[in-house]
Amino acid sequence: MVAQDAHAHAAPQGFIRKYVFSLDHKVIGLQYYFLALAAVFVGMFLSLLMRIHMVWPSAILPIVGEIKPETYLQLLTMHGTIMVFFVLTTAPQSGFGNYFLPIQIGAPDMAFPVLNMLSFWTTFVAFIVMLAAFFAVGGAPLHGWTGYAPLSALTNSGPGEQLGADLWITSIAIFCVASLMGALNFITTTLDLRAKGMTMMRMPLTCWAWLITAILGLLAFGVLLSAGILLLLDRNLGTSFYVPLVVVNGQIMGHKGGSPLLWQHLFWFFGHPEVYIAILPGMGVASQLLSTFARKPIFGYKAMVYAIMAIGILGFVVWGHHMFMSGMSPYSAFAFSIMTMAIGVPSAIKTFNWLGTLYKAKIRFQTPMLYAIGFVSLFVSGGLSGPFLAQPVLDIPLHDTAFVVAHFHLIMGVAAIFGMFAGTYYWFPKMFGRMMNESLGRIHFVLTLIGTYSIFMPMHYLGMAGQPRRYSQFTEVAYLQHLMPLNRFITYAAFITISAQLIFVFNLFWSMFKGPKASDNPWEATTLEWTTATPPPHDNFGGHTPVVYHGPYEYSVPGAAKDYVMQTDPAGVPAH
Amino acid sequence: MATFSSTIRVPQADKGGGGTHPPVRGGGGDGGRGDGYPDYGQRLRRLRVGLAIGLTSVTMIFVSLTSAYIVRRGLPTFDDHTGTYTRDWIPVQLPLALLLINTALLAFSSLTAEFARRQITRQAALAPVQSIPGVSLGRESGFPWLALTVVLGLGFLSGQWLAWRELADRGFYLATSASSSFVYLLTAAHGLHLLGGVMVLLYAATVSLLHRPVERRRIVVDVTAWYWHFMFVLWLGIFALLWFVR
Repeated sequence: MVAQDAHAHAAPQGFIRKYVFSLDHKVIGLQYYFLALAAVFVGMFLSLLMRIHMVWPSAILPIVGEIKPETYLQLLTMHGTIMVFFVLTTAPQSGFGNYFLPIQIGAPDMAFPVLNMLSFWTTFVAFIVMLAAFFAVGGAPLHGWTGYAPLSALTNSGPGEQLGADLWITSIAIFCVASLMGALNFITTTLDLRAKGMTMMRMPLTCWAWLITAILGLLAFGVLLSAGILLLLDRNLGTSFYVPLVVVNGQIMGHKGGSPLLWQHLFWFFGHPEVYIAILPGMGVASQLLSTFARKPIFGYKAMVYAIMAIGILGFVVWGHHMFMSGMSPYSAFAFSIMTMAIGVPSAIKTFNWLGTLYKAKIRFQTPMLYAIGFVSLFVSGGLSGPFLAQPVLDIPLHDTAFVVAHFHLIMGVAAIFGMFAGTYYWFPKMFGRMMNESLGRIHFVLTLIGTYSIFMPMHYLGMAGQPRRYSQFTEVAYLQHLMPLNRFITYAAFITISAQLIFVFNLFWSMFKGPKASDNPWEATTLEWTTATPPPHDNFGGHTPVVYHGPYEYSVPGAAKDYVMQTDPAGVPAH
Repeated sequence: MATFSSTIRVPQADKGGGGTHPPVRGGGGDGGRGDGYPDYGQRLRRLRVGLAIGLTSVTMIFVSLTSAYIVRRGLPTFDDHTGTYTRDWIPVQLPLALLLINTALLAFSSLTAEFARRQITRQAALAPVQSIPGVSLGRESGFPWLALTVVLGLGFLSGQWLAWRELADRGFYLATSASSSFVYLLTAAHGLHLLGGVMVLLYAATVSLLHRPVERRRIVVDVTAWYWHFMFVLWLGIFALLWFVR
């Protein structure tokens, strides 16, 4: 320890300490990012198999062969789980947050570097355990990413519900522990390690988003962890938390009196905040980029902060809207419905402030900005179906249709992914010292934007026409025949959109080695990460301590020499 | 663009909320890289903040188990023999005397943990004075409060184990009824958390054997003592739930 203290600012030598079991938040951030990148390709591949099966049910597919109904449910389960936990929770918060939160608040590292390393490797173990479910006897589980009991709580309820389901729930429990460690680190870092002058109300909105997301994770993942432990006990030790008296294949199971609804309550108490864990970091990135590339201060900084807080708080009191189908009391449903629609208020505040930031601005339409605007577009498109589904009378006919699939993919899936793309194109120069290719970026943006809208917009119509979700096959169903052309269109669109992601991957890795060298501040932005070298040195600021004099979005300040004022610029703003 | 200049502030005129801590630098609160110099006060505060946040998530785990307990207790279950709904919740006959003894042990250990915390805080405060050549303050009364805490903690855990045996003798196993499942689950979850505290205390004892600076030991003992107090209060809550909401 003593020797380590003496050389604390020297970067560790040796491959293992530097790149594998690194304590450097920047390396850990990149590890999270690449873990999510690997996971997103697994998840996309599974979704493509599902889309192909929907329109050509008898096709023999690579790797999985013929898709039986249970295979379809296994693909569905693993697609949802991998995407929600290992992509949407991992990259925007743990990936970008790890890399840029300490730098943006002027700290040399996270508060607890060893804990930080542990939380990454715990996440990694969780991912391996999750993938192992594919290879278990009986295959992956088929209870969906929400794992509803009693299907998930019995070991003989279907293929994949033996070892596969145990691995699934174990992986999620491990992931919960990792997320709790990460959340603890993020909150302590934000509260305790801010540089001199970096008051809370001078933090970039990205930092606010990461902080609120961490608080949501801290409060939500513990609940999922206990719910998961109860599920494991029901599955393996014969308890009856979730399982009522059930008969499976003519055999009376030993359980009695448990409540499947208990699982739903516990799961969705976690599950709804989880939606915001996925989207809030994207909101932070969008705010940061819209202000930077519009060359204007963010419209209503304080309103943005309070809106994030309001979304976070409301996110904990609306879980019941996922359960309108469960036969809950209409009075409870009414309360959940009102609270859910109330989330529209802070969401609208954010949207109007984003538009206010763009209003009459001299916008620089570079790739990161295109993705930030795309984020706002998708957030609005996906969000507008929210108030529909928030009303029990509309949710009950729509809930088990493709309408809900369209809604949550647009707002939680694709919008969050656009936030990640925006962050990647924006911070790539800082992370790797080179610029990404602008033309490839634009082509990727256009294809992805049109592609994702082509996939998910028609699903609203499919849902309203009554196409159920989670069904593996409906080519034989008479009343859905006229929808098959639309379904085929979606599959083609999915194929093209997924192929377009290869452009991104090529751009990412090619630019890492061959891209033009980046300056320290290529976007002429104001926050602290752009004051340090590119890529940042081991202790982030090369031995000196940044001092902050300004808020984060001081663009086009009247009377200033340039059209932006760095947060660390002691002069720069004339007194007024 | 004058209309958008409202977010601009001149230095020192900031009235933004939240910045209550004096700004500091340095990472590495858990012994990782970061501090070039050992600033113990800063490290202690950071670990206390981290502990408070960590205990929030521990609280959430037990809050969710408690709400599951209450919900599950109130549920009717379908009786296949009579075709009616009945309650299947069997009140567990807890070994009250044994649990009260355990509670007393834990209360006493919380007290000794506090004595250990105050003892080492005193030592840490005097350490700079004692390091001056020629200055002697006499030996601090070295009562092993820390060791006593570990012994009492292990005593509590053994007592809980005996309580489990007693429950099994009375015919209450994990899967007997949802009520007994919760008794085992809540006590096991609490016991595991307490075992973690014992591990950290043993680590603190090891650190003291290795003659690490007293300030460093103080941080470990201080944070663990607070954790220990929390575990005592948590146990009171669990015990109250299991006894009064049978």
